[in-house]
Amino acid sequence: MKSKVIVFPGSNCDRDVAVAIKKISGSEPQMVWHKETSLSNSDLIIVPGGFSYGDYLRCGAIASTSPIINEVVKKANEGVPVIGICNGFQILIETSLLDGALIRNNSLSFICRDVYIKSENQTSIFTKKTNIAKMPIAHNEGNYFASDETLKKIVGNDQVAFKYCNQEGEITFQSNPNGSLENIAGILNDRKNVLGLMPHPERAAESALGCDDGKYIFESILS
Amino acid sequence: MSISNWKYNTEQSLVENHGLKHDEFESIVEGLGREPNLTELGIFSAMWNEHCSYKSSKYWLKKLPTSGDRVVQGPGENAGVIDIDDGDVAVFKMESHNHPSFIEPYQGAATGVGGILRDVFTMGARPVANLNALRFGEIDHPKTKHLLSGVVEGIGGYGNCIGIPTVGGEVNFHPSYNGNILVNAMTVGIAKKDKIFYSAAAGIGNPVVYVGSKTGRDGIHGATMASAEFDDDSEDKKPTVQVGDPFTEKLLLEACLELMKQEAIIAIQDMGAAGLTSSSIEMASKGNVGLEIDLTKVPMRAQNMTAYELMLSESQERMLMVIDPTKESLARNIFRKWDLEFEVIGKVTDTKNLVLNMNGKEEACIPINILVEDAPEYQRDYVIREPSKRIKIIQDQFDQKTIIPDLIEMISHPNLCSRKWIWEQYDHMVMADTIVRPGSDAAVVRVHGTNKGIAISTDCSPIYCKHNSFEGGKHAIVETWRNIIASGALPIAVTDCMNFGNPEKPEIMGEFVECIRGMAESCSYLNYPVISGNVSLYNETNGVGIYPTPAIGGVGLIKDLSKTMTIGLKNEGNIICVIGETSGHLNMSQYLSIIKNKEEGCVPEINLKIEKKNGMFVLDCIEGHLTVSVHDIGEGGLLIAMSEMCMAGNLGVQIEVKKEFLHAYLFGEDQGRYLIEVSEKNYEKVIALAKDYSIYIEKLGVVGGTDLKINHLNKVSIAQLVEKNSEFFEKYTGE
Repeated sequence: MKSKVIVFPGSNCDRDVAVAIKKISGSEPQMVWHKETSLSNSDLIIVPGGFSYGDYLRCGAIASTSPIINEVVKKANEGVPVIGICNGFQILIETSLLDGALIRNNSLSFICRDVYIKSENQTSIFTKKTNIAKMPIAHNEGNYFASDETLKKIVGNDQVAFKYCNQEGEITFQSNPNGSLENIAGILNDRKNVLGLMPHPERAAESALGCDDGKYIFESILS
Repeated sequence: MSISNWKYNTEQSLVENHGLKHDEFESIVEGLGREPNLTELGIFSAMWNEHCSYKSSKYWLKKLPTSGDRVVQGPGENAGVIDIDDGDVAVFKMESHNHPSFIEPYQGAATGVGGILRDVFTMGARPVANLNALRFGEIDHPKTKHLLSGVVEGIGGYGNCIGIPTVGGEVNFHPSYNGNILVNAMTVGIAKKDKIFYSAAAGIGNPVVYVGSKTGRDGIHGATMASAEFDDDSEDKKPTVQVGDPFTEKLLLEACLELMKQEAIIAIQDMGAAGLTSSSIEMASKGNVGLEIDLTKVPMRAQNMTAYELMLSESQERMLMVIDPTKESLARNIFRKWDLEFEVIGKVTDTKNLVLNMNGKEEACIPINILVEDAPEYQRDYVIREPSKRIKIIQDQFDQKTIIPDLIEMISHPNLCSRKWIWEQYDHMVMADTIVRPGSDAAVVRVHGTNKGIAISTDCSPIYCKHNSFEGGKHAIVETWRNIIASGALPIAVTDCMNFGNPEKPEIMGEFVECIRGMAESCSYLNYPVISGNVSLYNETNGVGIYPTPAIGGVGLIKDLSKTMTIGLKNEGNIICVIGETSGHLNMSQYLSIIKNKEEGCVPEINLKIEKKNGMFVLDCIEGHLTVSVHDIGEGGLLIAMSEMCMAGNLGVQIEVKKEFLHAYLFGEDQGRYLIEVSEKNYEKVIALAKDYSIYIEKLGVVGGTDLKINHLNKVSIAQLVEKNSEFFEKYTGE
């Protein structure tokens, strides 16, 4: 398994995700500085969480113009699995690999807590091992939004990867932490090889941290 | 001092505006053999203010125990260092940012976090945890809501962005902070024992390098502002508050840690309060050398900056280093990679002078020893107030039927309710090593890649400190010690952040002296030294001072994380025991304050001998896997602690107490106590161990159900407790 973790100035979950992948896959991911231009030989590309460029201008906007991004887009279009977590999700949206937008949480404050998510799409390489999972969120701008047309498209095409739910797996208003449209926590691209999600599976990949549901997402890619 | 006595060419008002006293100016003139120019005056002002010079506190701080088996570096460096085995060290310190946070809460708090982070990574440690200790005025005060929201957002804004988890803290509200809030930030970092970096400049001719952000005009005289009292015009001081840029700090952190692997750094010092002035003087003084700096080379953000402005700017995210000249280009490339400034601005000299040049002209030449060793030190007059006296509390005035309503009122109160609204705005899980999250006794953070962890807790009870400064000082230390024990860790050392009023007032100085005496007593007895800290005086507005607040941050070590303890109840049928004797000390308690609206009576005393024995017993129980949850009994007393365990574990308890004065038993604040949860199977073992330790233990009740019940008379559902406990902040800030 050759996985690559892209590192931007201000990424801060790059190490966390590398540790989780190493623990689950047994092989160490390669860290790729954003100024590099090649991602050859990649089985999995991770765009990690954090505050790339301080979230200045608009979350993910500056990072989406980094040199490595052309290569990420190219590999994604070739079918290489790509995951964007939190800020990584925001970056993938800015690159247009994923549809919609992530706007300010409806509470207007940063939220860090455990949430439950449920996989809507049951067949993609990312979601097939997860049913209901507990994992933390930590973001200011995780409120998923899309136009009616886009929403119709992603729902119709089974591109909704995860939705926020309660412990029993019911998609409720109360279980939506940030105001996301239809409780959407993560989406896939058309081809289902690119996933963006706001929750942090890498922070919930071992029981010592309170929960290990996050590992199923990584395991499902590796299997 | 009347104007007629003024014999100098320098305007007296100019000297006064720089916060310097007549005799202080006299000694400057004497030391230099001439009058200082404006730049030099600014430098003296920056170095000799209370914040940088500790002139009122130094004498007393020396009375604190600062050494111990595990102390690698005590006070005097950027942060203290303790040994945590296997060649690892923990580096930590707490620092105040009170004055700026009152003027501009978001930026004040944010740059407070930024400053303390730099203190820790300057030492070569990767920061792994942030904590804080916050005090605000009463909730009905018109400024409190704005200050609370701003400070919490500022702390989160900085810590979240840089990606260091904020894992714990404390907050409370009291009218004494109406005009002066307290924002104390603590950072803990992890380093290798043989890779600690210090600030002493060395190697004559070696380059002095400036790295990080450019210098602007922000924060000029920040430290001087922080050394003065406030009045109604304090808002006008906004331009003295710095603006934080956590993104740049993240780059600076990574660049510094990357360079530190290269053995290129000889000395390093962050530019905190008084910026380039204090950092350069600190490095020269520690190294017993001189520095020559060409100010034209300092990267500038604004145009036409003067020597005076450059030396006094408190622009954030900057560092000063002395590096090995053969590694200059390597170092430059690392900083270039991270898009940061890197400029050689001077060199180490053997003159022992600080020499500043600009555009070929000498702007200042000051012997370092005048600035540092000749800095004023005062033994200010002090008066020790009599501790407040015991009041008689008459049992007949209490009705047992009020116990549950009283409990609900107490756990809903801003000072005792859940702080979830605050910590959910902090990323407390980034770095994926947070083992015990906020809301337990101490936060526990794993040392990355190992199975050991550090437990960290901040605490202080200003009400105790006000009414009995000696016992209050003792208590502040002990409270963190207990919290660390309750999480299963061996307490090792503390950092202190001494927040007081105007030291020129003898009664304030008396509070300081007594708090120190109390702290020293606890620290010595518990072998729990002070290894770093900070003093913030002049926390007064219009002549009204804050309550004495020696905020303490304690750190302990858990060698095996499987022995980590939390407060949440675990299993039905388990037995709850109280460790430590309860006499029912309602004097000066939260019960009196919240329910009876009285801040009266004597402060509970701590018997350190019993305290230590009880703590060691609890730790032994945890080590032997005899308990499954532990909580220390703090403010609010036994029933508050019990409720917190129920709420955290979402389990009920049946309490059986045969005491006549039930209120006193349940809400009294006797010291040295813990609640422990023990399985039936281990109960006898625990009782036997208690006998060995000859400590006081009593059975309180049995875990089970969904209610907290007392003697079959009174009960409340855990769900209702949770609801009431979590209501306040959201309602208050949402209004």
